[in-house]
Amino acid sequence: MIELNNVKKSYGSTKALQCVSLTLETGKIIGIAGENGSGKSTLLKSLAGVSPIDSGSILIDGKPVSRKDAERIAYLPDADMFYPYFTVGQMFAYYRSQFADFNEVKAKEVLDFLEVPLSSKMKTLSKGMRGRAKMAATLGRESRYYLMDEPFSGLDPMVRGDLVKGLLRFTDLERQTLILSTHEIREVETLLDELVLLKGGNVLAHRQLDDIRDETGQDTVEWMTKGTKAGAAG
Amino acid sequence: MGLEFDKDKPIYQQLIERLSGDIIRGVRKPGDKLPSVREYAIEVGVNANTVQRVYREMEAMELTETRRGQGSFITENEARLDKLRASKKTDLVKSFIANVEAYGFSKAEIVELVRREIQ
Repeated sequence: MIELNNVKKSYGSTKALQCVSLTLETGKIIGIAGENGSGKSTLLKSLAGVSPIDSGSILIDGKPVSRKDAERIAYLPDADMFYPYFTVGQMFAYYRSQFADFNEVKAKEVLDFLEVPLSSKMKTLSKGMRGRAKMAATLGRESRYYLMDEPFSGLDPMVRGDLVKGLLRFTDLERQTLILSTHEIREVETLLDELVLLKGGNVLAHRQLDDIRDETGQDTVEWMTKGTKAGAAG
Repeated sequence: MGLEFDKDKPIYQQLIERLSGDIIRGVRKPGDKLPSVREYAIEVGVNANTVQRVYREMEAMELTETRRGQGSFITENEARLDKLRASKKTDLVKSFIANVEAYGFSKAEIVELVRREIQ
């Protein structure tokens, strides 16, 4: 379980997270949505332990998050953080050297499923192929938590479809939890159990998706748009 | 990837309707094994928790049975399946009548037209 209590984070005078309290249960696929600048990436970075918070607390399975947690959480950043001259195989070797939970056999299996050659160089891959390779490296880790920042952004529908299939096939919700941010909820709404809606660094709502559809008869995007405009979704 | 879903209805309900439809049409027969939760989740492109809920609700509706260690099977209880067919039929006809009435046609007109068209 992940518990955030009054988490605050600023970059200079910009408040990225105003005061976030949130409980995320395990065994779910949870979406973090909101407009650009709502705090999605900051939230994920804080959970992953790669960016320290200013105040408040984040507990993962009861233990405070720290820089060392990069080891127990598989984090897929939005930006490309790979050496461009690496081949996919070299990137996997690098992952193996950094993360004790990296299972190269599984990573290669995902890569194969997503049809990316192991010998291709990261810099010569198209954006779509690079997205697939990054997904394979991330899912290659046997972590309890996967945090993915905009994993489908800028990818065409076919690539997105393949990545969604890969996500479902190579994760196991009986022991793993997935948290992914997106500003395009349509990309992932059939995949999600829950949605956390952020606005201006605050949590506007945290709901089960089927409950939203059931109670409001609205689709998620409609509900989100109304909620964001009103400033407080039901 | 997977299926297309109506965005404004709960996905688990849409999947229950889909599986019930398969049973009524005979695509899935009494005693047939349903795919595992995981397999079905990957096949239709939704999360395993959603499929878990679908299987749980269908069992509560007595449309399926779980056999320990073997998975979920479509019930062989014919009385229950007849009830499923009857309720689907009623739903279809009711929604048809509601649609036609919304255009202001009378019940007598509808009956007359159905009788003629069905010949």
